[in-house]
Amino acid sequence: MATVTYDEATRVYPGADVASVDKLNIDIQDGEFLVLVGPSGSGKSTALRMLAGLEEVNEGRILIGDRDVTNLSPKDRDVAMVFQNYALYPHMTVADNMGFALKIAGVPKSEIRSRVVEAAKILDLEPFLDRKPKALSGGQRQRVAMGRAIVRSPQVFLMDEPLSNLDAKLRVQTRTQIASLQRRLGVTTVYVTHDQVEAMTMGDRVAVLKDGLLQQLDTPRRMYDHPNNVFVAGFIGSPAMNLLEVPVTEGGVKLGSIVHPVKRDPLAKTGDKVIVGIRPEDLTPASEGGIPVEVDVVEELGADAYVYGRTDVGGESDKQIVARVDGRQVPDKGQTIHFVPKGEGDHLHLFDPESGERLGD
Amino acid sequence: MALDITTARPWPALLDLPWRLPLEDWPEERLAALPRGISRHVVRFVRLEGRVIAIKEIKADIARREYNMLRMLRRLGQPVVEPVGVVAGRLTKDGEPLDACLLTRHLQFSLPYRAMLSQNLRPDTAARLIDALAVLLVRLHLVGFWWGDVSLSNTLFKRSAGEFAAYLVDAETGELHDKLTNGQREHDLDIARVNIAGEMMDLQAGGFVGEDIDPIAISDRIIQRYNVLWQELTAVERFDADQRWRVDERIRVLNSLGFDVGELDITTDFDGTTIQIQPKVVDAGHHSRRLLRLTGLDVEDNQARRLLNDLDAFRAAHERQNDDEEQVAHDWLMQVYEPITRSAPPEMRRKMEPAELFHEVLEHRWYMSEKAQRDFTIEEAVQDYIDTVLPDKPDDSAVVGVDTDAIPVRANR
Ligand SMILES: Nc1ncnc2c1ncn2[C@@H]1O[C@H](COP(=O)(O)OP(=O)(O)OP(=O)(O)O)[C@@H](O)[C@H]1O
Ligand SMILES: Nc1ncnc2c1ncn2[C@@H]1O[C@H](COP(=O)(O)OP(=O)(O)OP(=O)(O)O)[C@@H](O)[C@H]1O
Ligand SMILES: [Mg+2]
Ligand SMILES: [Mg+2]
Repeated sequence: MATVTYDEATRVYPGADVASVDKLNIDIQDGEFLVLVGPSGSGKSTALRMLAGLEEVNEGRILIGDRDVTNLSPKDRDVAMVFQNYALYPHMTVADNMGFALKIAGVPKSEIRSRVVEAAKILDLEPFLDRKPKALSGGQRQRVAMGRAIVRSPQVFLMDEPLSNLDAKLRVQTRTQIASLQRRLGVTTVYVTHDQVEAMTMGDRVAVLKDGLLQQLDTPRRMYDHPNNVFVAGFIGSPAMNLLEVPVTEGGVKLGSIVHPVKRDPLAKTGDKVIVGIRPEDLTPASEGGIPVEVDVVEELGADAYVYGRTDVGGESDKQIVARVDGRQVPDKGQTIHFVPKGEGDHLHLFDPESGERLGD
Repeated sequence: MALDITTARPWPALLDLPWRLPLEDWPEERLAALPRGISRHVVRFVRLEGRVIAIKEIKADIARREYNMLRMLRRLGQPVVEPVGVVAGRLTKDGEPLDACLLTRHLQFSLPYRAMLSQNLRPDTAARLIDALAVLLVRLHLVGFWWGDVSLSNTLFKRSAGEFAAYLVDAETGELHDKLTNGQREHDLDIARVNIAGEMMDLQAGGFVGEDIDPIAISDRIIQRYNVLWQELTAVERFDADQRWRVDERIRVLNSLGFDVGELDITTDFDGTTIQIQPKVVDAGHHSRRLLRLTGLDVEDNQARRLLNDLDAFRAAHERQNDDEEQVAHDWLMQVYEPITRSAPPEMRRKMEPAELFHEVLEHRWYMSEKAQRDFTIEEAVQDYIDTVLPDKPDDSAVVGVDTDAIPVRANR
């Protein structure tokens, strides 16, 4: 088990004029589950492969524990890529399916057995060790494959979209399993996904990448409550945060017909406009004034409902807005209702329209 | 959602297949019972207007990706199965969505390793399969393809005059790069080693191969063979300026390995006393290209090597070294090759490719001569081969009875 350090790590692909991973700095704690998330092409796979030794590091360093592994070959790094390629062998027992790779590595038989049994206990597979894979359920088969990586007891697990070829149901199931398994094993894990829900539910901390640049590195809670810039604000959360560019006025920001109070400090740093971010659950219907929204669709979820509609507030016409409302009092399609932010400016995120950076706390 | 079929080959008969049924439930009479390797997805073969198509049920985005990857690899001249299309938007009769299907053309006369190994009694069969896979892997790496799931199951094998030729069948995990890093190549090799050992251990556990074979030694072979070949094909060589013959020598070695040199980098140091060479572009198929040019026959490289040797022998025997090469080749084709390959009864020709049959007959003649300590004519050899050997040959176009079930990993429905 070990820490992992990206120290100004940079990858420029041959022929490319921009870096795919640009001066990346991340300190991953021993035993931490770190998720790299970002849109397609943001560099998350590249960052993972640099750690695995599959992609050259052009500048900077990568450390595992105190060891500089920047120039080591993949097999000398003591990391395991999980799930990328596994097959279950029909004639071999579950125990042999889990342990055979150790045999290749020359581990003595008795030790293989004890490591396999130990892994099987953690994976709830102990009763099935002498069965053949055919006699297992889909989820159990999936766990046998995990077992193959666990018995190697590497310093770091690496996973790149390991769930992408599973069907939706097994995907959710396996997601939970991987997360709880990792906590029980306590092995440092770096996990890549483009799915922010997956990132937020699995990670101890989440690193958001865009265009090869680290946007924010935080716990899921902090990331949600305190996005550092407009990109992270819009990327994290489902449905996404509402982002509106509105005028700054004396004492606050102008939201349609009302002025919503906002502390003066943050606004001092911007011009006459500011980007306001409000999560769907932080909007509430108001009897008079606020952001007028023409309702397009109402998605009922039982206790709550999401209202999807359009507004003219924020300069653009027909700007999309999402708000969460009480499921017992849903508006009709076509109706126009007004929303205001909850609280006294404390449920509001402010961003500079030029730089996109967060203003204030 | 309507059925969405992407295909480079507009075969209307595709529309008649029972797309509304899960592949597992397709009626027996639609299917061709041919052997398959181990797989996580359900794979079936169907007959379609005289061809056999392999169908794999897999998520739509992955199917499309694999389809495009196979197309790119074929465009790069790599030995991979031919992609036929993707069928997406499938629904059951009750409107439940079904996974998409990737369609590839069944590679004729090819066999998965399990079938090869369980019907072949020669002790070195496993080693020769690995050798073929090493050649395939080197070729793929040379064009920048990282496979990600190198295994015997993901490879198809064809006989090639005493050796095997390997084809890639599963490109699901693959990635195409401009050039692979050493780390990427090593990773593929590491995956290959673990998978091959697992596959051999599995065959042992199932009693398909004897306890005398050593799965680990066999899996180590992929690394050795790969490294030797990679070195031959890519290494920089330095020598004194007066040893220019070494340039020709290098090319000759590459040719004998079955590669043509498309581009060779030759540099001298500043005072011109040493020369440095490195192959930059190498193309597999040295022998098959030459044979194709001379005779129009399109066969595996090792088969071509064998046929070219026989052609050379023909030329010497008829003292026609000074005749036009193409004319001699034409006569050889008419007088030797065609009569032999046509002499087998049709139901037997179905068992084996013509070039392979030709190779077998030549081998057989040598074997007869050795036993009887005298020469035999080619006609005698053909007849004896047809009478004594061919009937017992396994039918490569349809070996069944080998365990080839899929082990799907998915939620229970
Ligand atoms: N081998 C390569 N050669 C050149 N450029 C590459 C290579 N691999 C990736 N890139 C480029 O580097 C950038 C980052 O790619 P990367 O695969 O790391 O992104 P990603 O965030 O994992 O995306 P995805 O979610 O699509 O997998 C992209 O612009 C991509 O086009
Ligand atoms: N075009 C083809 N010609 C001959 N055999 C084929 C063809 N396509 C598939 N097969 C057979 O079906 C088997 C399974 O196919 P494939 O490897 O593509 O499935 P998979 O589920 O993706 O496998 P994996 O578990 O390795 O991901 C192969 O091992 C091969 O024997
Ligand atoms: Mg990726
Ligand atoms: Mg496969």
